[in-house]
Amino acid sequence: MDYHFNFTYIWRHFDRLFYGIVLSLELALISIAIGMIIGLVLALIYVESGKTIRFLVAGYVEVIRNSPLLLLVYLIFYGIPSIGLFQYSATTSFIATLSIYSGAYLVEVFRSGLAAVPEGLIDAGKAIGMKPWQRIISIRIPTMFRIVLPALSNTYISLFKDTSIASVIAVPELMYGAQWINFNTFRIIEVYMVITPMYLVTGYTILMSLRQIEKKFAISK
Amino acid sequence: MAAALDSLPYLMGGLLVTIQVTILVVVFATIIGVILGVGISYGPFWLRVLVRIFSDFIRGIPVLVLIFFVYYGLPAIGINLETFTAAVVALSIFKISHVIENTRGAIQSVHHGQMEAGKAIGLKFHERLVFIIFPLAIRRFLPPWINSVADTAKGSALVSLIGVVDLMLAMQKVIGRTYEAMPVYIVGLIIYFIINYSLSLSSRKLEARFAYIKE
Repeated sequence: MDYHFNFTYIWRHFDRLFYGIVLSLELALISIAIGMIIGLVLALIYVESGKTIRFLVAGYVEVIRNSPLLLLVYLIFYGIPSIGLFQYSATTSFIATLSIYSGAYLVEVFRSGLAAVPEGLIDAGKAIGMKPWQRIISIRIPTMFRIVLPALSNTYISLFKDTSIASVIAVPELMYGAQWINFNTFRIIEVYMVITPMYLVTGYTILMSLRQIEKKFAISK
Repeated sequence: MAAALDSLPYLMGGLLVTIQVTILVVVFATIIGVILGVGISYGPFWLRVLVRIFSDFIRGIPVLVLIFFVYYGLPAIGINLETFTAAVVALSIFKISHVIENTRGAIQSVHHGQMEAGKAIGLKFHERLVFIIFPLAIRRFLPPWINSVADTAKGSALVSLIGVVDLMLAMQKVIGRTYEAMPVYIVGLIIYFIINYSLSLSSRKLEARFAYIKE
């Protein structure tokens, strides 16, 4: 083994990596926020409506959940502009993709959470004269969140890791920064020795803080 | 649309590679993952710690990092793998960590009284494992295992990025030739959907079949 470690170039271009991880977090955060809205709205629609709408929501969920994220990224970035619908930057396109993707996963999470809210709580709401929308806002949604917290944190972590796929359409997040350094300096092993801990530390920090929130709010059976 | 349909035979060649990668990864990951999963459940302390570190490490990094590291990184220390081998190795390492957790969860779901009963009638450790734990644990193991097979089929699209001509790269090549991005992507979406949806349906069926098992 005649490989000599040389981290000089990595530190020289470290700003790319730092900017990258910040962008990765931003991408994850924005997409999760939009995905949460999509998920919550569709989950509420799903549990409240009849067969046709249920079928449409389930169709969206199943199509997205059963196709590779990479394919969706290509489809939205190359496919949709090619038939002349929209033009957008790579970053916008990736945020749109990840939002749609996370929305599909979150519908499932929220739907099962809403189903798990005890009937007694909703009846109690009825008994004290709450209207349906009041029951949704003050009983069903808060209780549902406390039930799905553990499932939510797992989804968040995997979405954070999925931001690495944005590098294929040249969004300058962490993975892209790493590849830029690879192709320009060939210090390949060193780059991975730096970005792996960056992903690990960030991921596990998010996970630990979510676990703290879970401890405080989650309902254990 | 016509170009997309004309290129179907070529896409099927890519699909074949996707299926090959998936099967190889699933076979390797299942064998090694189950062994390590038994190790983390019953092994000595050092083995449990090692497997735990390995599993948490691998599950903490994006699979794309793993694929690029195996293909671009390892040659720097003298390990040259072909694209196909590198893809299978990287995805297998990733999947092993999932099968470990899956196995551990399934084994934990078996009541410890079963193991003690086995001890009481004088069965050796491997006999208890094969005749008592495995038959009970398999019901917990199978549904998530099928999900992770579907996940492998989906995740294998990433190997197109290191140049394995799987369904994904086959699609890209067709698009490069015909400039008909949308129809080809739609066809690809349908193919992936059929594979994954049938897998996740069978997983759900199994789960319903085993639903009588209580926590």
